[in-house]
Amino acid sequence: MNYHWNWGIFFQTSPDGVHTYLETLLLGTGWTLATALSAWCLALGMGSLVGVIRTTPHLWLVRLGNAYVEVFRNIPLLVQMFLWYFVLPELLPVWAGDWLKQLPDASFYTAVVSLGFYTSARVAEQVRAGILSLARGQGWAALALGLTRTQAYIYVLLPMAYRIILPPLTSEFLNIIKNSAVALTIGLMELTARARAMQEFSFQVFEAFTAATVIYIIINIIVTFGMRWVERRSAVPGFIGAAPAAAATH
Amino acid sequence: MFADFDFEVIVRSLPYLFYDGMTFTLMLTALATCGGIFFGTLLAMMRLSGFAPLSLPAASYVNLMRSVPLVLVIFWFYFLVPFIGQWVTGASQPIQVGAFVSSLVTFTLFEAAYFAEIMRAGIQSIPRGQVGAAQALGMTYLQTMGYIVLPQAFRNMLPVLLTQTIVLFQDTSLVYVLSITDFLGAASKIAQRDGRLVEMYLFAALVYFVISFVASLLVRRLQRRVAIIR
Repeated sequence: MNYHWNWGIFFQTSPDGVHTYLETLLLGTGWTLATALSAWCLALGMGSLVGVIRTTPHLWLVRLGNAYVEVFRNIPLLVQMFLWYFVLPELLPVWAGDWLKQLPDASFYTAVVSLGFYTSARVAEQVRAGILSLARGQGWAALALGLTRTQAYIYVLLPMAYRIILPPLTSEFLNIIKNSAVALTIGLMELTARARAMQEFSFQVFEAFTAATVIYIIINIIVTFGMRWVERRSAVPGFIGAAPAAAATH
Repeated sequence: MFADFDFEVIVRSLPYLFYDGMTFTLMLTALATCGGIFFGTLLAMMRLSGFAPLSLPAASYVNLMRSVPLVLVIFWFYFLVPFIGQWVTGASQPIQVGAFVSSLVTFTLFEAAYFAEIMRAGIQSIPRGQVGAAQALGMTYLQTMGYIVLPQAFRNMLPVLLTQTIVLFQDTSLVYVLSITDFLGAASKIAQRDGRLVEMYLFAALVYFVISFVASLLVRRLQRRVAIIR
């Protein structure tokens, strides 16, 4: 091996003249987490909405929900990001397109929107599976008690469904963190992009990528343990853990 | 809005898009699926072996690959494969490998971790009594796996394996980060050369959508046909 290892590189100043390379990587981690968390809020909101309408008795709503899921699931995330970033501003009226293009941190907002919608289709699948896994009688009982359909969803069906699908939601959340790396293609300086930049300026390829890998693993471990704690706290007494959710993974 | 939409540019670049681009994408998908299922099955068998020197490395490998973004793995292997080649062949310099070999190694090894989890579920779906019965008949471990467990595990998991292949097909678009001419790479090169981003990216999205959607419909049909009624 004629590769020159230099682990001290992390404490040298990066080309921006202010931060060390380690600090640039940590800044990138911040962007990764900010992107993933914002996109997650969008994904959970849209995913729940679409998942719910696919379980209603209205045929057209169900079809609309199905179409939504198929569109966002069958186009690669990278292509979706290009559509939001390059194509959408061209299709809007000129003033709106120019406003979008000149937005500061445009790549951040684009990444959040595209990641959010992409993941929402997967969340919708799981929310639907969670609701359908409940005994049909629960919904009927809620209606018989005089709740409206909306109330039945909010107070009875969804609180149960979310608890059941918590494990697959956890892996979707881990996926959204990992998928945020795709945003480097539209210029978002998140963790992988920072590692790539560090490699280009310092030629220390493997140190840069090792550091990024370690940071991703640490995030993964923290999220996994955090979600296990949430699972334990939110478990419904009388149900066997979250075993039925395994059916929702595909 | 679509007034200056130029269909001409799409028609003009069809040969390049499909002959150069889509061939690369489909070749990469097919070979990486075969390699990924092969290594994934090995990893799953190692992980379930109950023999720590085998199961621990397999579990660590799978967990490592599953916690890192694919883009980062693509970068890793792009720089690592020449060094691995040097180490394997004993050359004095890191050897040059083409874009295709580099991405094939990346996707095979990355997807192996995901296929391993699917195969693990498949192997675990076989009743334990069948393994006991095979051993009672005097079968060795390899015979038990090869004749009894794996054929059923594959059959049970076939829809999931194919769904993962569709995911893999979409994921191959990420070789864009290495400026490789896969389908999306080809579309993006034309888009930038001719200043026709809207047309090319919308067309690329449409092609990916049609292929993935039709494939997933076929998988759903297959799922109903191969389901074993118990």
